[in-house]
Amino acid sequence: MNQKSSTKIRCVDLWKVFGSNPERVVDQWATFDQNITKTELLDKTGCVVGVRDASLNIAEGEIFVLMGLSGSGKSTLLRCVNRLYEPTYGKVFIDDQEVTSLSFQELRNLRSKKTGMVFQHFALLPHRRVIENVGYGLEIQGVGKAKRESKAMESLELVGLKGWEKSYPHELSGGMQQRVGLARALATDPEILLMDEAFSALDPLIRRQMQDEFINLIKVVKKTIVFVTHDLQEAMRLANRIAVMKFGAIQQIAAPSEIVLHPKTDYVAEFVQDLPKVKFVTAKDIMETPDKWMVKPEYSITEMTNKMDQEGIWYAFLVDKNQNIKGVVDYRMLTNGNGDKNLKAEKLISEFPNERSDTFLEKLVSLAAKSTIPIAVTDKQNRINGVISRERLLDTLST
Amino acid sequence: MGFPVKIPIGKWIDLMVIWLTDNFTAAFDLISKVVGFILLKIDFFFNWIPWPIFICAIVVIAWLISGRKVAIFSAISLFLLGCLGLWAEGMSTLALVTTAVFISVIFGLPAGIFAAKNERFNAFLRPLLDGMQTIPSFVYLIPAIMFFGIGNVPGTMATVIFSLPPMVRLTTLGIQQVDAEVVEAGHAFGSTPWQLLVKIQLPLALPSIMAGVNQTVMMALSMVVVAAMIGAGGLGYKILYSIQRVDLAVGIEAGLGILFIAMVLDRILQGITKREQKAILRQ
Repeated sequence: MNQKSSTKIRCVDLWKVFGSNPERVVDQWATFDQNITKTELLDKTGCVVGVRDASLNIAEGEIFVLMGLSGSGKSTLLRCVNRLYEPTYGKVFIDDQEVTSLSFQELRNLRSKKTGMVFQHFALLPHRRVIENVGYGLEIQGVGKAKRESKAMESLELVGLKGWEKSYPHELSGGMQQRVGLARALATDPEILLMDEAFSALDPLIRRQMQDEFINLIKVVKKTIVFVTHDLQEAMRLANRIAVMKFGAIQQIAAPSEIVLHPKTDYVAEFVQDLPKVKFVTAKDIMETPDKWMVKPEYSITEMTNKMDQEGIWYAFLVDKNQNIKGVVDYRMLTNGNGDKNLKAEKLISEFPNERSDTFLEKLVSLAAKSTIPIAVTDKQNRINGVISRERLLDTLST
Repeated sequence: MGFPVKIPIGKWIDLMVIWLTDNFTAAFDLISKVVGFILLKIDFFFNWIPWPIFICAIVVIAWLISGRKVAIFSAISLFLLGCLGLWAEGMSTLALVTTAVFISVIFGLPAGIFAAKNERFNAFLRPLLDGMQTIPSFVYLIPAIMFFGIGNVPGTMATVIFSLPPMVRLTTLGIQQVDAEVVEAGHAFGSTPWQLLVKIQLPLALPSIMAGVNQTVMMALSMVVVAAMIGAGGLGYKILYSIQRVDLAVGIEAGLGILFIAMVLDRILQGITKREQKAILRQ
């Protein structure tokens, strides 16, 4: 996503080991068999590794997904960010403030003002009404009742629960309860949302609906989000970047399409092998640089055909000095001419497939099926960014 | 064959109790005065209220908390208590039980909370509570007399020792049973330990705590006869009297009186527990 924006959350060499004398495991890790299993480690040291040497940077406004199977340490890593779990080793920074060295008072302050958290099983207070649940974070900060309730109402409206404020959590469905959980996290207007398997306890249809609403919601509220899930599809839908975890260690951090196209380890490859590529790979990921496919208006026909011969292409895009595409020329039409030296307007094909860089592979394939002309990838100002040939598409699909 | 060593633990404890009575007279006097004062006031109050008003008040409370059935049941039970000619004794017993339960809650609740949060304290407390419940109550009547003399106060104190454990245990249990994720949520929003306790843990532990109060009341009622042996009055004294005189009529009547009071208190307290449970566990 936005690479220029500043780093919001930074974890450096983070370890979390559960058990007695956990520091020892960190110190001695290098001496262990690197393929040691959980049970072997437990027998040997009496400890369980939650997070192993994790380092990551999360940009402001990013949706960062921690993904892995159960026991992979993703929830543990999330809890190290706001120190619900005390890291065994390593540092956590939020906005260049070292979270791991804060006093309890400062930590409470950070938790109540800067971070909000959403839990897998909602973790609502059953003895309080919805509005009192949503206002909990503000109540803790000592905000007065009137202000608290108006903020809570705003928050409830955001998640579409207006009219339910007087209900008790048990009167609501699972999906609605999690909206209350989300509203509670949003009510303090935190910069960071920590979401622990937030939609995992919901049934698939509701989950999908919540994901859609969540995507729309965060366009409005603009938060930095750390989202833990074991659901790969969910990760792919929500994430700007994904960190795949296994046995406490981060295997790969990359954009969703990158993970699908170029898995870094066998584990990640295995993880993503069943994913339908066409749904996650975008034009940007597979397009070629346009130079090879471009001819300029001032070229003579001979110059154009020479270039196309050289590159071995049947079609080329006529691009002006503003990088705007004027049309497409067909090699066969050019050579089939009546000896004209310069290009005539009627030989310029004006209709050609043209897509933006975030178009999914699925659509690109259907476009390519209808036209033999390569697909042009352009930006908002209609400037050419790249070209996707049919060969390129087939190549992507086959690997 | 005899054992090589004889441990005179009884003698040591005896010496310790004597040492305590000699050196902490002022402290015991103070406790005695405070407890005696509370007891006296409650006893006076219960005996001062005209019985129709008292019964009406209980009926209203029972109706509000536990519904119509319990309200009617309470009215009949209390009326019968009066008809047995045991109203004054019943009120004295109620005063003793109320005082003992009050003291048990005052000490049991914080002890239970602390035990829930501190595993070491819990480990220390557990055998102590076991002892308080299993050592026959007659055994600690003796030090109770040595510390507090004879009368209602040592009777109350002996009752407290017996009825305190369930209060502590069920408070600890209640707090430990609060959903870990909810406690985590409390932390995640920046609660102080006090806020966590008051806004999350105690409200959610309330059904269990109320069950503890109920148990404590029942335990206290079962102690009234023993308390009467060291001078406590009320229905317990009536029963003790009937044993000494082998007077079955008096004994049965007083026994029924205790039963009536116990059942009324139990039904009402159970109503509170159920209501709290409903509010919390419906999820």
